[in-house]
Amino acid sequence: MITRREFVVLACAAASGAAPGALRATPAAMDEAMRAVTGGAQVRRGRVTLDAPALIENGNSVVVGVSVDSPMTQADHVKAIHVFAPLNPLPNMVSVYLGPRAGRARFSTRTRVADTQTLVAIAQMSDGSFWSDQVSVVVTIAACLEELK
Amino acid sequence: MARAIIQVPARAQRGDVIELRALIGHAMETGFRRTESGAVVPRDIIRQLVCTYNGAEVFRAEFHPAVAANPLISFTTVATDSGNIEFRWTGDNDFSAIESAPITVE
Repeated sequence: MITRREFVVLACAAASGAAPGALRATPAAMDEAMRAVTGGAQVRRGRVTLDAPALIENGNSVVVGVSVDSPMTQADHVKAIHVFAPLNPLPNMVSVYLGPRAGRARFSTRTRVADTQTLVAIAQMSDGSFWSDQVSVVVTIAACLEELK
Repeated sequence: MARAIIQVPARAQRGDVIELRALIGHAMETGFRRTESGAVVPRDIIRQLVCTYNGAEVFRAEFHPAVAANPLISFTTVATDSGNIEFRWTGDNDFSAIESAPITVE
């Protein structure tokens, strides 16, 4: 006789094991996504501030903000900012393209975070250099796992 | 037509950095979810938001399935001239939406 509690536990285990690996990007996919952005150029730490909550209660709506230390002039500005989640099904989260008319190099949006992981933001400067920041987040309720009824 | 809400200041001083916010109603179906029977729910997301200021592009965002449902994004631009700030979203299944707001720059 299976109790209701046991059934729920088994059903959850079956659901989460239904497609092992399919819900998580591989390190190679993450490398490729980053290379698509940087073209293999060196990425240095600094100048970028990635803002995300350290503890995420619900991965389905996570406010992520990025700001970059840049004067945003015609001669020296941020061209693009990319945010990655290496353990999401797809590592790319969002990319924004801006220029001197932005005035400030910053934006924020709401994202989905699938699992406890380290989010990465990369900024491309007008001089061609790349800068990055990363933030480790802990997720208690993951995004992307729920089933449709 | 999806419901879109944008925030653009009605007036600003020339040269001010102003904050723009854009929210649109959309499920942002990731394409990674399955139904109970195991069938994959096809992806249906907004791919892109382009913001133009008097016709010139000032900001563009490319969304992936990791952007939450009802995408909200906030960013800045420099108030240069009076005119119109337009937001245009495009996405899967020929999704398209446009919203614009006037701005007066003194």
